Amino acid sequence: MTAPRPALETATMVRAGEASAVEVLEHHLAVIDAAEESIHAFNLVLGDTARDRARDVDARVAAGEDPGPLAGVPVALKDNLCTRGVPTTCSSRILEGWRPPYDATVVTRLADAGAVVIGKTNMDEFAMGSSTETSAFGTTRNPYDTTRVPGGSSGGSAAAVAAGFAPLALGSDTGGSIRQPAALCGVVGMKPTYGTVSRYGLVAFASSLDQIGPFANTVADAALLFDVIGGHDPLDSTSLNRPTPRVLSVLDDGVDGMTVGILTEFLDGAAPDVVARVHQAAEALTAAGAHVEEVSVPEVALGLSAYYLIAPAEASSNLARYDGVRYGLRVDAEDTMAMNTATRSVGFGAEVKRRIMLGTYALSAGYMDAYYGQALRVRTKIIEGFARAYRRCDVLLGPTTPSTAFPIGAKVGDPMTMYLSDVCTIPTNLAGHPAISIPFGAGDDGLPVGVQLLGPALSEGTVLKVAAVAEAAAPPLAAPVPAPAAEGVST
Amino acid sequence: MTEPARLTREDVAHVASLARLHLSEEELDLFTGQLAQVLDHAADVANIDLAGVEPTAHAMAVTNVLRLDEPRPCLDRDEVLAQAPAVEDHRFRVPRILGETP
Repeated sequence: MTAPRPALETATMVRAGEASAVEVLEHHLAVIDAAEESIHAFNLVLGDTARDRARDVDARVAAGEDPGPLAGVPVALKDNLCTRGVPTTCSSRILEGWRPPYDATVVTRLADAGAVVIGKTNMDEFAMGSSTETSAFGTTRNPYDTTRVPGGSSGGSAAAVAAGFAPLALGSDTGGSIRQPAALCGVVGMKPTYGTVSRYGLVAFASSLDQIGPFANTVADAALLFDVIGGHDPLDSTSLNRPTPRVLSVLDDGVDGMTVGILTEFLDGAAPDVVARVHQAAEALTAAGAHVEEVSVPEVALGLSAYYLIAPAEASSNLARYDGVRYGLRVDAEDTMAMNTATRSVGFGAEVKRRIMLGTYALSAGYMDAYYGQALRVRTKIIEGFARAYRRCDVLLGPTTPSTAFPIGAKVGDPMTMYLSDVCTIPTNLAGHPAISIPFGAGDDGLPVGVQLLGPALSEGTVLKVAAVAEAAAPPLAAPVPAPAAEGVST
Repeated sequence: MTEPARLTREDVAHVASLARLHLSEEELDLFTGQLAQVLDHAADVANIDLAGVEPTAHAMAVTNVLRLDEPRPCLDRDEVLAQAPAVEDHRFRVPRILGETP
């Protein structure tokens, strides 16, 4: 197969009238038609509305207008991003059939940039999970091995890009939900600095941690998408009102003279084949002129425990809104409180119930300081630990996940084991920092390995340019099975 | 820091009722074991001495975010109500609350 055509190239061709947005879309819809049954990346494929949108893009080009930097590029959206009039489920029974009355800011920005939304992708229910197995609508399968999970919670978005269903996708990352599935599916995924991408219209899970970010096949495409969706939004009161780094223009700057720290805590507990790929990436960066050294941030070892108190605490509050009154499912009962309870008991799956109860407990009288309060102090320590490391290093390097994709069913019955698959991604969320996972060859089992680059707040440009250097040195990855059709945007 | 007591089945039943969740007997058993396991893991956080360390609720906190006090359109009422399970006279309709007569 030939490599999928980068979004950057597709947009350039559509803007120049050298490719048609309709033909680009039809190519991707055909790939979906051929392979979606075996992958189940989508909760909803938007054929007709996407065709209308693509025709509009072509018409604008024909009229001499510029549809924008993503002209005619199909984009898949995680199903927790609100799309006006289009079902948005969070892969939960409690929101089945809900049609939001407004668009998320990122959806508006995609439209303004000429992108074509091709569908809503499957996810762990309310983004709570690391395998897409907690979805109420069935598990997404890893395009590299359909007996394995794609990771999660944005597993549908990662699988969609890996399978060639869309060159770009959006996900959300609360504890690794973009980077972990990106690693397991062999694609690029970035969690930006908290506050750089508006959360308006992202269905809330843990509001102090949630951040929307891009999936792509290349670092440059991820940068392109980040540049489109980033920037201040008055509709999100946590949106940073300061210039967002414009990153696409700095990608080729190289790493000469930079210091890269291998985060030793992330190597503890990682599989030997994954650790070997991290060292190989480090060698590539050294060869490109970076100084690489080992760095220890012992505080990150407490990240997992702190996260599984803070995130459920925030979730227990955020998910109180699903009460059967204003939207979504209602299970009738004789009075309102019984209706609330019946609706929530039927509408939420087991993992969501566990997290709501864990969070309610962590916030309850007598335990709040011992659990939630302590977790917030640990968060301070983790931020201080990273700050110490970033006084020496420009970026940190480590694995994204401790292992390659695990078999479907292997961990879903054992929540604590499942939670451990996020151990290398969680500290970034607690600190609010950016981090990216890029594919870096395969493990001993032939499945994709992701290496992760982390940086301090608002260092997206630095993280991405280091990622671009590592990407250029990455060992090739065999095509996923079922292989996406060779890129054939027939023009 | 004193170590919190181990989670019991009664704790889980209490928390479930606070969270408006009804659990079957089997779910109570299952969730008690699973949640206790997560809280056991969290003992490393609960037991560490962090006296004097300020808590961080938001890593990138911004303060005093205000918008101009200017009228602007809100969401379309009919579009919003169309998503509700039950509506009456342009309002959300719910079953009776407490014991009032209908």
